[in-house]
Amino acid sequence: MVERYVMSIDQGTTSTRCILFDHRGRLVSVAQREHQQYFPRPGWVEHDAMEIWHNLQRIVPEALSNADIDAGQIAAIGIANQRETTVLWDRRTGVPLGRAIVWQDVRTAGLVDGLRDRPGDEFFVERCCLQPSTYFSAPRIRWLFDHVDGLERRVQDGDVLFGTMETWLIWNLTGGADGGLHITDATNASRTMLINIRTLTWDRELMDFFGVPRVMLPEIRASAEVYGEAREVLPGVRISAALGDQQAALFGQTCFSPGEAKCTYGTGSFLLMNTGTDVVRSRHGLLTTVAYKIDDQPAVYALEGPIAVTGSLVQWFRDRLGLINSAPEIETLARTVEDNGGCYIVPAFSGLFAPHWRSDARGVVVGLTSYITKGHLARAVLEATGWQTREVVDAMNADSSLALRQLKVDGGMTANNLLMQFLADVLDVPVVRPMVAETVSLGAAYAAGLAATYWPDLEVLRSNWHTAAKWVPDMDPGRREEEYEYWQRAVERSLGWVRPPDHS
Amino acid sequence: MLNRGKPDYDRFMAGPVQSIERAAAILRLLAGGSGRLGLGEVASSLGLAKGTAHGILRTLQHVDFVEQDEATGKYQLGAALLHLGTSYLDVNELRSRSINWADALAARSGEAVRLGTPLEGKVLVVHHVFRPDDTLQTLDVGTLLPLHASSLGKVLLAFGAAPVDPLLEAGLEAYTRHTLVHPDELSRALAEVRDLGWGAEVQEMSMGEAGVAAPIRGQGGLVVGAIGVSGPVERLCDTQGRPQPALITLLREASRAISRDLGAARW
Repeated sequence: MVERYVMSIDQGTTSTRCILFDHRGRLVSVAQREHQQYFPRPGWVEHDAMEIWHNLQRIVPEALSNADIDAGQIAAIGIANQRETTVLWDRRTGVPLGRAIVWQDVRTAGLVDGLRDRPGDEFFVERCCLQPSTYFSAPRIRWLFDHVDGLERRVQDGDVLFGTMETWLIWNLTGGADGGLHITDATNASRTMLINIRTLTWDRELMDFFGVPRVMLPEIRASAEVYGEAREVLPGVRISAALGDQQAALFGQTCFSPGEAKCTYGTGSFLLMNTGTDVVRSRHGLLTTVAYKIDDQPAVYALEGPIAVTGSLVQWFRDRLGLINSAPEIETLARTVEDNGGCYIVPAFSGLFAPHWRSDARGVVVGLTSYITKGHLARAVLEATGWQTREVVDAMNADSSLALRQLKVDGGMTANNLLMQFLADVLDVPVVRPMVAETVSLGAAYAAGLAATYWPDLEVLRSNWHTAAKWVPDMDPGRREEEYEYWQRAVERSLGWVRPPDHS
Repeated sequence: MLNRGKPDYDRFMAGPVQSIERAAAILRLLAGGSGRLGLGEVASSLGLAKGTAHGILRTLQHVDFVEQDEATGKYQLGAALLHLGTSYLDVNELRSRSINWADALAARSGEAVRLGTPLEGKVLVVHHVFRPDDTLQTLDVGTLLPLHASSLGKVLLAFGAAPVDPLLEAGLEAYTRHTLVHPDELSRALAEVRDLGWGAEVQEMSMGEAGVAAPIRGQGGLVVGAIGVSGPVERLCDTQGRPQPALITLLREASRAISRDLGAARW
């Protein structure tokens, strides 16, 4: 019998990757291509959607030929994507209207501040469970209508389509202007601020509020179902999954039961906890989001705690302070001392995300004495990631009543043993790393393979998950509490640093 | 007639390599004087064309023997020269760069994987991936293993990453009746490791256990560590106690992939 594989496409913030997985969920082939980052003004971040589509057309054949596999051996395609990045295009020519506005872009800050005043957070939270933020897509569409001449009229005429990256790629893969499918999945739709989080349908009041007409919006489908066959790149192969990247990582970590959580440690970190079919509205600074929806089964939800600065603090330590030559060396430097020497770093470089959501916070280094060496600073850098995770976990536990019993981790920083041990110590639960580090890609592959019956059920996926490493708590409870108190006092000192603009 | 029989040798070994002589002169130049020199100063001091000097400086920079100041563009001796005697690759960096390949090796072989580097006459375990069967296992990172009785250690000894002589002076400790305790045995075993490109340890550290390991090479082919698979002897070896060929293939693929990532061109 000819071996078959599932293809995963991870359209990320810096690159697009194509990975093939076998039946046991093992990585078989990888091809990757980076795309250009455009920073036209301070705070603006853009991508060229056409460049990303061209990259996809190149990496798919590369991934196949790297492992000597032909298109007939691909059982299904699944897509994971950078979330909230907004692209508009002409439905007749397939040409994007300007560059895609990336999730990190804060050009809508003024607009968003206005929304929080009027109509106020509650109007939005009631419907989509998100409070206005520059993070989400709808304010970006509004901003484009307000700043691009004639755009709103062309939209009303039905000439323009909106999508996040999975929508753009699926439309192109299934024929583009010649009958391409204009669809999104429930996880991506839940990040637009345009859907009712319970019914998973476009919300009339939110659409009216932002002035976004239904005609430009994609159809909302399940995260795992056969959408259709590709007509470009891999003609005849079924496309059967799409998820936002963090939701894909949750799926790849097989967090299928309520209370199971994962944290992905990259530039920033994203902790997601499965809350089952209940929509849990956070009272402690977390986002409510769709975790996944399989075919016509009820949607599964998650609480999410995004942390803005974790790995990027190590990069700052390397590139701006020049105290280390490579990111992994932070562990070597941190191990030159026994503890943090009383020093704490709160990396509120552009405010604090979950659970504080304080845009007026800025970074602080506290507890400096003449005793402090660069080794202590390196410890404080790593500990900042541990304590920020602890804050999000505390918020999760308070919101969900399902206390976290272990944390599944992935991402580049999981190679840091000192950090992983510290994480287990401060969370007081075991921290486990799975054998496949590429959990985003694996999650998209799992969802696609499930919908295409390449895998029969969630249990089989679970049995593919294996522990590669496990760190168990080993810290005196008294010391844990004392250190946490110091951290919380350090956070207090970071708040309110940026003064509101003077209105007088 | 004194040189009879040697012309071939002379033809192939054509005297000193000019670019290495020039590189040495550049290092001596930078070591003396003010310490920081521009490209023009280096070239004119040594009577070299600017292009030639630039090529050599770039290569020296690539191996971290020379650093270039970002602001002024001037060259100075690199920090790596001060640490020539010690390992130039940070062990945490080695783990970071190996982690995906070590995971894949554990997943495919179904056995535990460890990475080792030399440390004061022992092998320091710098990375450990659990056997993928979800049984209770404990992280071994930071553990020390004997050089002569572990497959990781034999590989480090065979490829010069750890010195043999101090080990022989101290005496080879017996862990089981299979441990190599005679210097001759060890030296034959190390020669075999060099021939094969990998090393094995079969019940030499504890009865019932076996391990195989292969070298991890950095820039220029220098061995900076070893990666190995270990487990019960009946799973790792055939009935004659020889490591399974399929396992060796997986191991060598992983060691080559990591070496390529670390910049060892030929492996």
